[in-house]
Amino acid sequence: MPLTLKIAVTHLNSRRRQTLMSLLGVMLGVAFFMAVSSLMRGSEQDFIKRLVDSAPHITVSDEFRDAPVQPAVKRFPDGAVAISNVKPKTEVRGIRGYKQKMAYIEHIPGVRVAPVLSGQIILTYAGKEQGVLMNGVVPELMAGVSDIEEKIVAGNMQALSSSPNGVIIGRALAKKMNLEMGDNVTVSSPVGLVRTMKIVGLFETGATAIDEGQAYVLLKRAQVLLDRPDRANMLVMQLDDPYASREVAARIEKHIGYRSRSWQEASESLLSVLLVRNIIMYSVVSAILVVASFGIYNIISTVVMEKRRDIAILKSMGFTARDVRHIFLWEGTIIGLMGSVGGLTLGYGLIWALSTLRFQVPGVSVPIEMPVYWGLDQALIACAFAALSAMGAAYFPARKAGLVHPVDILRGQA
Amino acid sequence: MSSDGAVEVLRAEHVTRELTGEVPVTLVKNASLTINRGEFVSIMGPSGSGKSSLLYLLGLLDMPTSGRIWLDGEEVTTLTERQIARIRLEKLGFVFQFHFLLVEFTVLDNVMLPMTKLGRLPEKQQRERAEALLADLGMADQLRKRPDQLSGGQRQRVAIARALANDPLIILADEPTGNLDSKSSANVRDILSELVHVRNKTVLAVTHDPEFARAGDRQIHIVDGRIATDGMRPD
Repeated sequence: MPLTLKIAVTHLNSRRRQTLMSLLGVMLGVAFFMAVSSLMRGSEQDFIKRLVDSAPHITVSDEFRDAPVQPAVKRFPDGAVAISNVKPKTEVRGIRGYKQKMAYIEHIPGVRVAPVLSGQIILTYAGKEQGVLMNGVVPELMAGVSDIEEKIVAGNMQALSSSPNGVIIGRALAKKMNLEMGDNVTVSSPVGLVRTMKIVGLFETGATAIDEGQAYVLLKRAQVLLDRPDRANMLVMQLDDPYASREVAARIEKHIGYRSRSWQEASESLLSVLLVRNIIMYSVVSAILVVASFGIYNIISTVVMEKRRDIAILKSMGFTARDVRHIFLWEGTIIGLMGSVGGLTLGYGLIWALSTLRFQVPGVSVPIEMPVYWGLDQALIACAFAALSAMGAAYFPARKAGLVHPVDILRGQA
Repeated sequence: MSSDGAVEVLRAEHVTRELTGEVPVTLVKNASLTINRGEFVSIMGPSGSGKSSLLYLLGLLDMPTSGRIWLDGEEVTTLTERQIARIRLEKLGFVFQFHFLLVEFTVLDNVMLPMTKLGRLPEKQQRERAEALLADLGMADQLRKRPDQLSGGQRQRVAIARALANDPLIILADEPTGNLDSKSSANVRDILSELVHVRNKTVLAVTHDPEFARAGDRQIHIVDGRIATDGMRPD
């Protein structure tokens, strides 16, 4: 053991109470840093996973990114003539030639695609009416692009194929309207068509807005109800690599012309909120460690003040300013490292405790678990930050100790 | 070596130490002296006369404003702080009025400290040497004690053992008996005297105590920072 380390350990050992308080400060700093970071990153990952898993990675909709250029503007691109009040040409809603577009998309490796025709309908049952968003789907294709099949708690998606008049609704909506599996419900579409459809499945996503506000029918049935034969107004996709969605969406949009939106684009504002949230989180938890480092500064400054006489004798004995600095830097390092190790244990304990918590939130049917992140990287960040703060806090008193002139102390003592 | 066979270990020429500030103070004025191996030199003088300041300069704890100092034939006033620290470690041993032992360490650890710092001997030999030094000074049964468990005289003996740890050329003592009762003072004086006369060590000691000064071979009197007299002890 280096002599300077031995002296540092002796100093800390002789002031056990203050040393323990400093250690506790670092331990709590590291532990809270880890617990808060784990919660924030866990919730961020959970949030992104929900975004990625529950929503399509890419959605092609029946609209264009830029308004269509009018013929007069095309004819005279640099002309000074302004034509006002030109009404754009009326387009039939829906993606034109969606099957050809799908054929192109299906050729992109790692991409699965399904057509959807969505529109508002009204369900009527026993005098109760409820407006819902109807999604016309092809069950076989939908399984490859959505996890809705996993959320079905009664019946299954394939039932739509075997029962063309079937409809799958959310369990919360069924409860609200007193509907059960096998019940017949009246469906009214915006174009005035009324059909009786049979409940062939119930799903539960945990999100009230979806569970009470959406329904699934066969695509062909939706095309009839909305009077859009052979049309789909969305092509939804999932990718093997969700993080490639932005590039793939751009490629598809360039080829087929319709607006192609990746999940990142659709959730841009949410993702930027996550970034801001992370900055705030790291600032707050880092503040805990900064406060802890003030504790270390305080104890080492006190030791330096108390040990001025010892510093003088060490220097008279042949210790250099560097040796003296090392003693006090060792003290900061020991507190930082031991506090980090203790903080790691405490931090992982806190994370485990948080992971066992369950909450029932109003409006959500399933209990919420605390999403925690167990990654080692956050522990390393916390420990590195704690060790550096401790050494930084020790540096200034250590430097001061190194500058002590033995004669000043000896004269004062004599 | 001089013509009379004496081996010079320390020489100061025209050493002056001034403190700058609003009111400049001259601690030591134009001091010149030579110390030979095996001498027991007492520096005496009234309080504030500059005796301790001269000792700190000769012990390389302070640097002169002007003048030059040679230790063991090497001029030390031009060396770096690191080199001077090394010389203090290897060639000088200090004993102060207040024992200045490290209170958290045992007696044995305190004596081993300079040897550990120097790193010439393996730990086992450091321990053996420290034990032998302490035994010579009558402290063999106090090795595991801490300084606050010892009397003032015992602490000063430990400080002397520590000063001897690296077998220095010179032992510099600043009022080594100034804080002791007469019995302990006599004991410390006898130890230092024996170091010189039996072991051929060199001792340079600042003292107020005429009894202590009489144990030395040579007395230097300082008045107002100047060496007023420097001569052999009057018998």
